[in-house]
Amino acid sequence: MDTQKYVIRQISIFSENRPGRLAAIAHALGEEKINILAFSIAEANGFGVVRALVDHPEKAHDKLLSLGFNVAFTDVIAVKMKDQPGGLYEVAKILGDAGVNIEYSYAYSGKEGAVLILRVDMVEEAIQKIKTSGATLLERSVFH
Amino acid sequence: MRSWDPRIEEMPKEDLRKMQYKLLKSLVYRLYSFSPFYHERMKEQNVHPDDIRELSDVNKLPFMFKRDLRDNYPDKIFTSTQEELVRYHVSSGTTGKPTVVGYTQNDLDSWTTSLARALTSLGLGRGDVIQVSYGYGLFTGGLGLHYGAERIGATVLPTSVGNTERQIELMQDLGATAIACTPSYLLHIGEVAEKMGVDIRKDTKLRTGVLGAEPWTDRMRTRIEDWLGIKAYDIYGTSELSGPMFTECTEQKGFHIWSDLALVEIIDPGTGESLESGEKGELTITMLQKEALPMIRYRIGDITIMDDEVCACGRTHPRIQRIQGRVDDMLIIRGINVFPSQVEYALMGIPEVGQHFQIVVERKGALDDMLVRVELSKGSFSDKITDIMKVRQKVEHRLRNSLNVNVNVELVEPGSLPRFEGKAKRVIDKRSL
Repeated sequence: MDTQKYVIRQISIFSENRPGRLAAIAHALGEEKINILAFSIAEANGFGVVRALVDHPEKAHDKLLSLGFNVAFTDVIAVKMKDQPGGLYEVAKILGDAGVNIEYSYAYSGKEGAVLILRVDMVEEAIQKIKTSGATLLERSVFH
Repeated sequence: MRSWDPRIEEMPKEDLRKMQYKLLKSLVYRLYSFSPFYHERMKEQNVHPDDIRELSDVNKLPFMFKRDLRDNYPDKIFTSTQEELVRYHVSSGTTGKPTVVGYTQNDLDSWTTSLARALTSLGLGRGDVIQVSYGYGLFTGGLGLHYGAERIGATVLPTSVGNTERQIELMQDLGATAIACTPSYLLHIGEVAEKMGVDIRKDTKLRTGVLGAEPWTDRMRTRIEDWLGIKAYDIYGTSELSGPMFTECTEQKGFHIWSDLALVEIIDPGTGESLESGEKGELTITMLQKEALPMIRYRIGDITIMDDEVCACGRTHPRIQRIQGRVDDMLIIRGINVFPSQVEYALMGIPEVGQHFQIVVERKGALDDMLVRVELSKGSFSDKITDIMKVRQKVEHRLRNSLNVNVNVELVEPGSLPRFEGKAKRVIDKRSL
């Protein structure tokens, strides 16, 4: 099975914990006509990490880098969830049963239902298990 | 020649101290009796010349600061009349009003003697051609070195600063064996020479650099020596003492401070208490023979360490190490002296962070709180929060080990800390004391 088509490139941006930083990032992406499909902010003591799925990750990466931001690519996967009670449980259980650890995750509820973005320790393993369990993984081409 | 004046330079320490005591005693009597400024200062400190009964009693005398000269601009605390003066020098006044220094003929002679000993100690003498590329004029560097070099019988090439290509041509044509200038100007000369196709090593006779008037490091010394094939010596002084006065000898282990001219103390800049030799503190100098502008316990603001052992060269006078920082930059955090240069040094060894930093000091409750803000390097960011936390812990750990004080570290985005073209201002002290 070609698992690579399910690996999505997320951009992560190091950000100081002070007003205006998210605005600066969002403004830069808007200027480049880059669409943000999903994002989250993780907060630690004194700093944060902004994570986003965008339609043009390379362009976003280069733009932010040129502005002096610390930017990195990270591989994540996206799973379709039922937008109803128990939807998250189904996906989480598949991974839990398979012994795959979720490092972090965030979700969005789009036009075609809810999507869970996952950063896991074993990407290949996770993709295999989710596919065989019958759940739907979104392909990279959906995002970029 | 080994020493310019072996009788003085190699005098047993005990005899040197006796000489210093006599000079100090007569200086204090003279100032107390004839100078309203010094008389007033000693009264305020509740000290009388009779209280000076041994050399260590110098620490009963009041301190002098740069501001004493500024406040008394231009010549209010001179102890000679204008008729007795033979020269003025004026400092550039980068940190405020300029300061004026006046010299009697004896003052110029002492200064020149000091440099004659110093230049001899680093191997220069008759037969040498010394190119003086310090500025001539109000600045003390050019004229000071000029007279010192003439006194030892060397031939002076008084090029002053500027017109670098011509300096290099003259260096070649007249066979300069030594150059006196700032280390940064010598680097510039080296670069211009390369562009002109002149190899300082092969195409000139240059073998000695007498470099000072700005701080420089041992790393820079190695670079200059390896690149230009010369021995590079540091020279120390400031216009308040007369000008550049003291150099390293060929051992390159600190400046010899001539005891008959200057009495050195190292003090704790916080408390003003005298420190032992070997301890780091603020350089404080009493000029024992100056006539026009005596300096008593003058706190120069430079941080160094005194070494009172007899030097391998045979000279008995105490030495001070190369200058390690400025008191103005020093912070006292929970009673511990902290220098921004220590922070800089610790950060240099951590590739995950950049070299720019900012120190923010606040008082939280009764305690000082020191925060170091430093930029997370590009390439050391990996999306993982735990990785970033580890970098921060590593920086905190290193700083704590080298400063002996607890430090909080904040990682900031690359390029977000202020950059400085001139003198960096890296400390924000929010404590209101």
